[in-house]
Parts: sequence; structure tokens; C-alpha cells
Amino acid sequence: MSDAESPQTTESIEPNEQRASPDPDFEPVSVFDDDSTMDLRPGADNCYKCSVCDTTCPVAEVDDDFPGPKFQGPEQWRLKRKDEGEIDDSIMSCSNCMRCDDACPSSVPLSQMHNAARGEYVDEQMDKLSVEYVRNRVLANYRTSAWFASKVPRLANFAMNFGPARWLMEKAMGVTSEREFPAFAAQTFREWWRERGGADASRENARAARERRGEAVDAEKKVAYFHGCYSNYNTPEVAKALVRVFESFGYEIVAPEQRCSGTPMFANGMLADAERAAEVNVSSFADLVERGYDAVASCTSCSMALKQEYPELFDIDGIDEVAENTFEALEYLRIQEDLEGQIAEASVEEQAFAYHAPCHARNQGVDRQAIELFRDLDGVVVEDVGDSCSGISGTYGWKEEKYETSMKIGGDMFEHMHDAAGDVGMTECPTCAMQMEHGTGYEIKHPLQLLEEALC
Amino acid sequence: MAIREDVLVVGGGIAGATAALAAAETGAQVRLLSHKKSTLRQASGLIDVLGAVGDNGTEVEPSGLVADPFEAVERLPNSHPYRVVGAAGIRDGLRVFDEAVGDAYAGTHTDRNALVLTHGGTVKPTARYPESVAPGLASAAEKTLLVGFAGLTDFDAPVAASHLDAAGVPFEVDGATVPFPVEFRDDALTTRLAKALDTDESGARRGLTDAVADHLDGHERVGFPAMLGDDDRREVRAELEDRLGAAVFEIPTGPPSLLGLRLEDLLFDALDEAGVRLSSGNPAVGYEAADGRIESVLVDRRGREVPYAADEFVLATGGLVGKGIDSDRESVSEPVFDCHVPHPEDRYDWSEPAAFGAHEFARFGVVPDGDLRPTDGSGDADFENLRAAGGVLGGADTAREKSAAGVSIATGAYAGRRAGESVTGREAEEATR
Repeated sequence: MSDAESPQTTESIEPNEQRASPDPDFEPVSVFDDDSTMDLRPGADNCYKCSVCDTTCPVAEVDDDFPGPKFQGPEQWRLKRKDEGEIDDSIMSCSNCMRCDDACPSSVPLSQMHNAARGEYVDEQMDKLSVEYVRNRVLANYRTSAWFASKVPRLANFAMNFGPARWLMEKAMGVTSEREFPAFAAQTFREWWRERGGADASRENARAARERRGEAVDAEKKVAYFHGCYSNYNTPEVAKALVRVFESFGYEIVAPEQRCSGTPMFANGMLADAERAAEVNVSSFADLVERGYDAVASCTSCSMALKQEYPELFDIDGIDEVAENTFEALEYLRIQEDLEGQIAEASVEEQAFAYHAPCHARNQGVDRQAIELFRDLDGVVVEDVGDSCSGISGTYGWKEEKYETSMKIGGDMFEHMHDAAGDVGMTECPTCAMQMEHGTGYEIKHPLQLLEEALC
Repeated sequence: MAIREDVLVVGGGIAGATAALAAAETGAQVRLLSHKKSTLRQASGLIDVLGAVGDNGTEVEPSGLVADPFEAVERLPNSHPYRVVGAAGIRDGLRVFDEAVGDAYAGTHTDRNALVLTHGGTVKPTARYPESVAPGLASAAEKTLLVGFAGLTDFDAPVAASHLDAAGVPFEVDGATVPFPVEFRDDALTTRLAKALDTDESGARRGLTDAVADHLDGHERVGFPAMLGDDDRREVRAELEDRLGAAVFEIPTGPPSLLGLRLEDLLFDALDEAGVRLSSGNPAVGYEAADGRIESVLVDRRGREVPYAADEFVLATGGLVGKGIDSDRESVSEPVFDCHVPHPEDRYDWSEPAAFGAHEFARFGVVPDGDLRPTDGSGDADFENLRAAGGVLGGADTAREKSAAGVSIATGAYAGRRAGESVTGREAEEATR
């Protein structure tokens, strides 16, 4: 976690309400340890302006008008100390890739500062009746649209990509018509999971696997799966792969009640929406963590949100315990099991992949694991397509005014994908996958799907 | 413990990278662990081995520049890391470095220091330098033009030129400031300038040479701040030389340093090539040990400590700036293994009144034994299988001696090779039994 203090109260990041009834004792600049509000000052003071963060920012690289993470973080924070200081509207061009966190040699909590500034900008300065606000709100609350669409997937798939409708969406809503909407699965993961027998069936499968593996039949191997929205509504094959792979290692799985991780809400400055979602997620996973479950996620932005953004931005009971016990799926198996050994013994049909590491995987230190692991898998070539950002950053690349920037950022990746031996892409992030497919026409797989093929 | 290697190197700077490369040479399976992006992004990209040394071996007082660093090693105090690895160790470090970077660097043809022009208008002794810097060495008596860009405040070419003139360089030197041919917002990123030349955005290369031509006036070589292109930098420089009819060279800059970024790319490509596994993003915070040997390093992934196991370990976390050495108002410490770091009890003795004085803090660090293993207060190695390299080692005032990169590659190569050999030697022994 960053050097900045975690919030003890949530009011400070919802300045709207706070400013409406100003607390006479409210002191935004806190230098004393006993203050209980989110204090970003130590973070700002840590910045010695080396500008290395600016050189890693994918937006600044292609958009000269974007002032970069150093400005958006510590500099903007200082400017705000002045009376009447407003948040610069360029904060909305930050894509929340969080690469700057990883670049800073001085542990400045850049993404936390960006999230706080963006939240404040949207709350206080953005017109709530503007098309941009409404559009962002709809994009950020993807789960709501997806929930409706999943009730009538065929109709939704048709309607969402129906030409005249898309034209209207671009003109009236600012949603680019350049992209094709991802298809909704005919059966969601949760529907499949229930039909399969839910946690009870998983317990049986896991026991059988443990027996087969010569492990103690009643070993405590249990994980709570945070599948997120995308693998529930759009790519249930990824979620099913996780279930089968984990069960084959003897893990019992539960799929507790959950909302969106909040990632698209952070990126659009909708912190109140994100906090509501986080409250549901934390309360549902905290109980399980207390009962000895670890949380695993198949989407690297979801695990990022639970591990870093939640404790940095919110104060919810059990939030630290959930953060400490949340893992990216492959990372978890690497820590707990001899994944390397099992992969070395397996083989699959010959295939080659162009692998892209999502930005949010980099920040968790898991950006190299797919390359490392599959190096030893017989029949498979996995090539890294370089360290550039894919450019889509969730909802960012869906915005009409950001589309071009998004495609410019992705340019390097598309080029490297074409140069790579394989014509199937691989990544852990569902929106990176969208962008990879959009830029190359390749089919994109999740590492868990290859693992399923190798081990199950 | 599922994550296991033969050798685990902690620290992703130049010392860690060299250690990992040297360990991989022995055939060991190596993982390089780093907390953040490499600090090479802030480095000049020059490889200084030893640029200045005091006459009386105990005082690190730079009384004069060093021509031959190998010969000068003898004059360093016994507590200096170079005294552990010796001149042979420095040569081995340079060998590992040279093989990793190939022809992207120059300086291999001689033992003697080259004198590189800096963006502050001084001359710096160094052992290896990027090939784009080579045409600008101070030893070549060629009439020189330095060119800066309006709005780029880090480099003032006329000031740098007059500094060099005052320093008595053996050539005529002038400075000129020209507008950068593509218009960016104020305080634009240096990487943007490099990219514009790389892609020849809006005819940037021709625009630049046109602007410089007015100032050319018989100058035989032209120096620019180091931002002449990125991926296609050779092509950029060749085209500028062609258009100007003069040699073109780059002058190393402060952070964010393009030369440092390029060096980072070169070294990490070499690590990839050597099959070294890379993990970055989470800090090493502690260890597990038994019977005087470290079994694993604990990595903090946001609250949960995950063990990374290995047979041998190299500590290359850097010094006070790199946070390999930590300090508070009372004491100085090494945070991962809690190795002994000697320092005066009174913190007012840690520094000198003069800003560029011979500060005690500059030499803070762990105390190695004859095999670079950190020792406790009584001189015994802390752990049988832990060696240290680079800035975390005490005893060198690398800023004053101009030896930072040299100490890193010499001790990195030594520690990495010894770690690798301990594993592969043990494996060979077991195989013959």
C-alpha cells in the first residue's frame, strides 16, 4: 500500500456532501498522525519531481495536451490548497491504468491521488445533466446493462450492434460506433454454476480430486471466486476454466453474491457508485475469508480493485482482511501448488499465442507469470508482445472523444501481435482482450483456458 | 513453498541486473525481484568505474581525476568494495556488461577513462558510454557546437558551453538555443521530443537541421541533449549528421533520462535472453532462515507475505536513495535482512557542513566479508548464502569517486557468479556422488 494514510472515514472522498454542511473543524491539510481523514500530504511530499511517472504514462505518450501523472497527482493536490482551486478537467483524460504507481521510485500514491481528484471533479464540477456525465455513468455501470441484456442475450446482441442504433449512440451519447459490442453469452456463468449444482457439486469434485492426488481428503482447500461481470455475462468459458482448474487441484469453490468490482466506476470518478458496490463485495467476501477462504479473481482489474483501490479509498469493515486474502487466479496456484512441475509434464496441441500483459497485472507483479509458466508447456509458444498499454482501459476506449487516443496507444501492441508467431491472442483482462481483437481480428484466450486444456 | 529458484536477486537496478546475468551464466535458474520500475530511468546511462580518488588511501578526497581506474583501485581504503573484488572483479563486471549491451556502448578499446561532456558543462571521467555519446568526447580537439531547445529548461547550451570553455577544454565550444521543430505545450516530456524525431513527425529532422544550420559556422561536431530518437535513434543521428555535414552526439541529461531508459531496455532484454525470470511490483520485506542459511525472501503483496525460495540470494536493493538502506532520526538500517550498518551514534556526525563535503552518510551500507557476504558487528557473515552488491554495500562514496555504476557491476557480477557457482557446484557434486 502507498505511504498515504488510508481513510478512516468515507466522508472525505465524498466532498459534495461534506462541503454542503461544512464541518468547522475540517482541516484538509493534516500533518498529525491522529487525524482520521484521508491525508494525501505525505504522498505529495514524497514527490521529488523526477518525472519518471510521466515517461510511463501511455496517454501522455500520444496526447501532448495531457499533462501527465505528476501534474494530476502531487502538483494538482498542491494547487488545490489555494483558495478556489479547481480540479483541472484534464483529469478525465487519465485512463486509470495505474502504471505511474509502479514507476514512482518514491512511493507517491499516484493512482490514489488521481482517483480522489477525479471523484472530486465529477462530484463538484461536472454537470450532472451533461451527455458526458450520463454516458460515463451508463458505461461505468456496465453490470446493470449487462444484467438486462443477459435476460434476452440474442436480442441484445442484435440490438447493441444494429447500425442505426450505434449511429444514434455515437451522436447522442458519445459512445464510439467504431467498436463492436461484445456478445452476451446465451447462458451466464452463474446460471451454469447453479445448474451444475453450485458449491455442493464443487465440494464433491474437489474431494475426488484430492483423493486422486493423494492429498488428505478433508484438506482445507477452499476459494471464493470473484468472477466479476465480464466472465459472468460475456465470457463464461473463462470462469468455467477457473472452476475446472481449481477443482482439479482439489479446491472447493464458492461463488458468493457480488457486484461490479468498481473498476469502471473509479475510472469515471463515480466513487459513490464504487463504494456501494465495494460494500456488497467486501461484506460478502469478508465472511468467507473469516471462515478460511481465499478470494481469487480471473480478471486482473477486479483483483487490483479488491487488493489496492478498496483499502486506499474506502473504509469498510473487513476491507483489509479481504485485500490481504485476494489473489489473481494463476498467482494463487503458483504460490500454493507445484504448477511449474505439473505444466512440465503436460502437453497440448501445437499452438502459438501473442501474449499481452494488462497494466493492472503489472502493478500486482503478475505480468510475467503466463510467459514464465507456459515456457515449459509442451506444444505451446507464448510470445510477449511488449510492454505497451493496450489503450482501451475499460470504458476509456469506448468514448467517442477518446477512441483515437485509445487506438494510438494500442498501435505498438497491434504491430507486435502481427509480428508474433501466433494468431491467437492471450491476456487476463477482458477489455484488453476486446482491444486486441478489435485491432487485429485475432481470437483472444485467457491463460486459465490454456491451463484447463493442459491440466484438465 | 512453490515459488523456488536456484538464485534469487533482490533489486532491479544495475547491480541486480548484472548479478542476475552473471548467475545465469553459471547455468543456475535465476529470478530477479524488484519493487518498482528500475531506477536506471534516473541514471545518466554512463558507466563510471572510478573517476576520482584521494592521495592518502583513507580519505576519499577527490584531489584529482583518475586516468586509469584499474591502477587507482590500489589507492582506495581497505573498506572499499573494490578492494574485495579487485581489478579482476571490475574487469569481469565490465565483461558481463559489454556482452549484455553489445555495440550500443563504446569504451571497450581502452582501460583509460574517457571524458564525457555533461549537460551542466563539466567533464566526467567514465569507462563506458552510449555510442551516441562517443563523438562528443572532450579528448577530441574538434570545434564544438552545443544545441539546446527553447522551453527545455534542463539544458542551457550557451551556459554549458561557457562552463566548458572556462574549464579549459582543448577545443573551441559555442552554445546555441533553437526552437524544437515541432510545437508542443510548455514543459513537454522529453520522450515526446524523442518520439517526434523518431517518427519524423511534421518533418522534425529537417526542421531541426534547418534551425541549427544558421549556427553551424565551421563547427565540426554538434551536441544535443540526449533525446535524439528512441527505437530509430541510429537512423535519426545518421540523418542529422548527413544533413549538417558534421558529427552529431548526445549529451547525457538528468531524469527522466533517455539514455537511462535505453540502458534499462538493453539490460532487461539481455536478462530475458538469458532466461532470467522477472518479478516486479511488490517489495521484499523480510526472510525465513534456518541454520545460518536463508530459505526464502518474503514479498509483501499488499498485506500478504509470500515466500520466494532459493538456494542462494543476492541483496542489491541500492543505497539511501534506492531505499536499500533506510534511516530515521536515531539510526541507519538495512530493512530486508536487518544486516549490520555501522554509523556514528550522533546523527550530527552523519554529514558535513559543506553540501559537497565528504559526508559520512555517503558511505553508509552493509559491511561485506571477503566473499561479499554482509557481516554482523563482529565480522562474521550473517548468512552463508547471502551476498550483497551495489549501493547497499558501504565504504564507497560513489558520488565523489564517480564510481556508482562500476561498483554495481563489479560487485554484482562477483556476487551473482559466486551465488550461481555455489548452486551449480553443489549440483555437480551431488551428481558425481
